[in-house]
Amino acid sequence: MAEILSLREAVASLVRPGDTVAMEGFTHLIPFAAAHEVIRQGVTDLTLVRMTPDVIYDQLIGMGAARKLVFSWGGNPGVGSLHRFRDAVENGWPRPLELDEHSHAGMANRYVAGASRLPFAVLRGYRGSDLATRSPTISTVRCPFTGEELAAVAAVNPDVTVIHAQRADRDGNVQLWGLVGIQKEAALAAERVLVTVEEIVDALDPRPGAVVLPSWSVHAVAVAPNGAHPSYTAGYTVRDNDFYQAWDPISRDRDTFLAWMRAHVLEAA
Amino acid sequence: MSWTPDELMTVNAARALAGARTCFVGIGLPSAAANLARRTVRPGLVLIYESGTLGSKPSRLPLSIGDGELADTADAVVSVPEIFNYWLQAGRIDVGFLGAAQVDRYANINTTVIDRGPGRPEGRLPGAGGAPEIAAGCGKVLMVVRHSRRNLVERLDFVTTVGHGSGPGDRARLGLPGAGPVAVITDLGVLRPDPETAELVLTELHPGVSAEQAAEATGWKLRTAPDVGETEPPTAEELAALRELSDRGA
Repeated sequence: MAEILSLREAVASLVRPGDTVAMEGFTHLIPFAAAHEVIRQGVTDLTLVRMTPDVIYDQLIGMGAARKLVFSWGGNPGVGSLHRFRDAVENGWPRPLELDEHSHAGMANRYVAGASRLPFAVLRGYRGSDLATRSPTISTVRCPFTGEELAAVAAVNPDVTVIHAQRADRDGNVQLWGLVGIQKEAALAAERVLVTVEEIVDALDPRPGAVVLPSWSVHAVAVAPNGAHPSYTAGYTVRDNDFYQAWDPISRDRDTFLAWMRAHVLEAA
Repeated sequence: MSWTPDELMTVNAARALAGARTCFVGIGLPSAAANLARRTVRPGLVLIYESGTLGSKPSRLPLSIGDGELADTADAVVSVPEIFNYWLQAGRIDVGFLGAAQVDRYANINTTVIDRGPGRPEGRLPGAGGAPEIAAGCGKVLMVVRHSRRNLVERLDFVTTVGHGSGPGDRARLGLPGAGPVAVITDLGVLRPDPETAELVLTELHPGVSAEQAAEATGWKLRTAPDVGETEPPTAEELAALRELSDRGA
């Protein structure tokens, strides 16, 4: 059963140095508040998994929390480069960053295999692409029924998956809706699951298209209002596109970045 | 009436969607073109975004593929595994619309790394995203790229996404089901694969652009089709629709 904890307690009890951590949310419902708490607690040596690293992993990478990144598209959506990610990959600052790089279809299927507790997934993917030459988690398999050669991608099973949702009830049942992305698969692929929510309510009235994660599939729920900012929570907040644009100059320079993180993350609580 | 090279490119990219039923839309230039097509040549065009929306009808240009309006205005919102497996991989989508950092003469794409020469670290690009499987699985592929030697290159530093591989027959050999790239729309004109060689050749020029200009801005020796045409200038309606979309987006 999910325990309802403060964000500080939830991160302290579930996220450990050296863990493989997936913080998912495909543009929508990105768990920024939880990532900031991970940075404040100084958890390090993480293998970060996420389809679209986005500003959230730019911040974690720039603060030196990660030793490896598993991903499929690393940009600032609609704006440009992730400068901290590029600086880490190109110049090893603040530390070298190992990469395991996929396509979106490949990453999505890696989570599906992980959630299904299968060793790998198959897809028609990567054909002719150089991606397979750089990744130990992309291979091929022959279909035993038709003989077709298909791409095989290794399951991803994070130690911890962190997601943000609209709400939970007092028993820790979680409900999310809108663009639900890859969150269900990422949560069910993980050993431990931490969900931040906008609010805790008495009853989860049904919502069209909602995903419900029952309390017994989640380990901790923490209330974090506006916890997806600058991403958003449908029904509660809107995407702060101005922030995504402002992030470009903030993150371009190492010192400006560090000063921003100090003022807005390390010294905020 | 005047227009910018980018407007010329986007208007022509939108026109390329006339007759399409469904379009898997990349963010940036492709999204601008696909949304313009819905306001001009193809009002019923079904826009599909990799964030999981089928049939988005945004009133302004989204900044990201996950803007709330894409979901709020969609016919259906599905999960990311579903969009890639059930809709794209299953061959249900007519047109894939992609941008690119580097494109070669066979319309292969690099969005992964740039080789900066010996002793220097590779330059990092965003990565593959949905492109390898969009280019493989859609019925056909349109690309929109600014015309320069930096973008249209003799040799890719890395093949992220296969267009026509190393020439005719390569797509079939690789087991890529769709027809692959059929047009690359730039701010100077339109390139299309030669039916015999699969090499991109200049088939149309925008008004006021010369074939020499296009060749000069291309990293390989660009061939010009014998019957090279000129694109129609943007109409007042097209420009008004595009500017309204962009104003609302900004």
